[in-house]
Amino acid sequence: MKRMQSALWTALFTVLSALYLWPLGVVALNSFKKKAFISRAPFALPTARTWAGFVNYTTGLELTNFAQSAAYSLIITVLSVGLILLCTSMCAWYISRVQTRATHGVYLLCVFSMVVPFQMVMFTLSKVANLLQLNTPFTLPVIYLGFGAGLAVFMFTGYMRSVPVAIEESAMIDGCGPLRIFFGVVAPILQPVMVSTGILETMWIWNDYLLPYLILDLKRYRTIPIAVQYLRGGYGSVDMGAMMAMLVLAIVPIVVLYLFCQKYIVSGIVAGAVKG
Amino acid sequence: MERAVKKYWPVFVLPTMLACLIGFVIPFAMGFSLSFCSFTTLSDAVFTGIDNYIRAFSDTSDSFVHALWYTALFAFLSTALINVLAILVALALVRPFRGVNAFRTVFFMPNLIGGIVLGWLWQVILNGILARWGLTLVSSEWYGFWGLIVVTLWQQMGYMMIIYISGLQSIPHEQLEAAAIDGATALQTFWHVKLPMLMPSVTICLFLTLTNGFKLFDQNLALTAGMPSNRSQLLALNIYSTFYGRTGWAGAGQAKAVVFCAIVVVIAMLQLKWTRNREVQQ
Repeated sequence: MKRMQSALWTALFTVLSALYLWPLGVVALNSFKKKAFISRAPFALPTARTWAGFVNYTTGLELTNFAQSAAYSLIITVLSVGLILLCTSMCAWYISRVQTRATHGVYLLCVFSMVVPFQMVMFTLSKVANLLQLNTPFTLPVIYLGFGAGLAVFMFTGYMRSVPVAIEESAMIDGCGPLRIFFGVVAPILQPVMVSTGILETMWIWNDYLLPYLILDLKRYRTIPIAVQYLRGGYGSVDMGAMMAMLVLAIVPIVVLYLFCQKYIVSGIVAGAVKG
Repeated sequence: MERAVKKYWPVFVLPTMLACLIGFVIPFAMGFSLSFCSFTTLSDAVFTGIDNYIRAFSDTSDSFVHALWYTALFAFLSTALINVLAILVALALVRPFRGVNAFRTVFFMPNLIGGIVLGWLWQVILNGILARWGLTLVSSEWYGFWGLIVVTLWQQMGYMMIIYISGLQSIPHEQLEAAAIDGATALQTFWHVKLPMLMPSVTICLFLTLTNGFKLFDQNLALTAGMPSNRSQLLALNIYSTFYGRTGWAGAGQAKAVVFCAIVVVIAMLQLKWTRNREVQQ
């Protein structure tokens, strides 16, 4: 009876999972069809007549300069996440160990910034960033640190509460200065929350569209989401073949990465949620 | 120790605070004050009182009021659907049966795909389905509306499911056993044992889905871009196109942004307070 039930659950969820993945399959198949047949019959399997081979991929790569966009996306994400983890973990340690009115104010500011929608600062932020010449992939991380610090500080301070001060105090008695205490003692303890925070920030920054779109110098730098959106020309004319191919190229690396780091991603989500 | 660490603030706190100043505090303060000014760039602002707010609400060619209730409807409906489905799936996927982990993996995956990519992906699928009746996503604002519901449901259900699964797993075994011994049915166990114990997860999930719903932008832009004639614009997209699609409307755009921000902050606070009250002390 029990085994029977278990088999039924498995069968049910196999069907549901297949349905869930079906849209991805449709896009993948369409990326190999001639573009005229994509909008006309998106759910038809490719036939000899509609098969386009890799034409969509080559046009897409050319139209979007995809390889370059991927490189910029990678640079921006890696630098931003690195900078956020370093700076906010230091900040969070300080504000949870030195409790004054000022540090409490910093904490409240961070919590507040988590809720504020981007549209509130969109216009002025892009002007300020231009004024300060922060419009390249190498300087954009400063903006991400500024706008995205909230969540990271919040997660780190939440975790710091469960870390006993005694270890740090004994390190101090042994003659360590604050910097050595942080990098030698605290940072290793923070490792699990570093991973969680890093994953949450990576998911956000890698997929972010509007912030880089408004701030980057678009003639020279585009990220993957910007490149995909640029396939839509003036009023609705879209090369659907190239679009399908680029969607596949945008999705595949994430899925592969996910399958490898699934454990960390899932525990990162859970940790992020508990801290809320 | 506190005293020794205290004087190190330039090293520990200053970098983050400087970035916060550039990336958040200054733009926020400027944005707030500019909402009371007429301007095209930052340097030519003239104080005009609440003129911008009046313009934002009164102009009928502009669909701000429409976007307001359209977004509210979308946010509440998507929140309800996502969470109900996520709890149902989580209840099924905490059971031990063959392939559970693979199924969890599948349901979570869409979360990692960015909003722009998701929007385009679903545009093809949904237009393909609607084409059977000779319709498209932009035939009326409601096709776009339900399209957005489908997209966000597909994307966020798995994320919330993960949170609910971990919540369900943390319910002490004795409580479920006690309920079973008392002869509680599955439904009774759910309502009177599991759900109350799940309230912390419910709090955070409602918070996440509701604010996500109000802030949604990328999916909206890629799926319908606000068509037909701005009727499927959510608030974020409406504000964006006021800023960058209409000359002379930057002030009104900023006023809308302030209203938007206030709405999101108030909802977030109310909602956290409301659900916190219902949590069971563990």
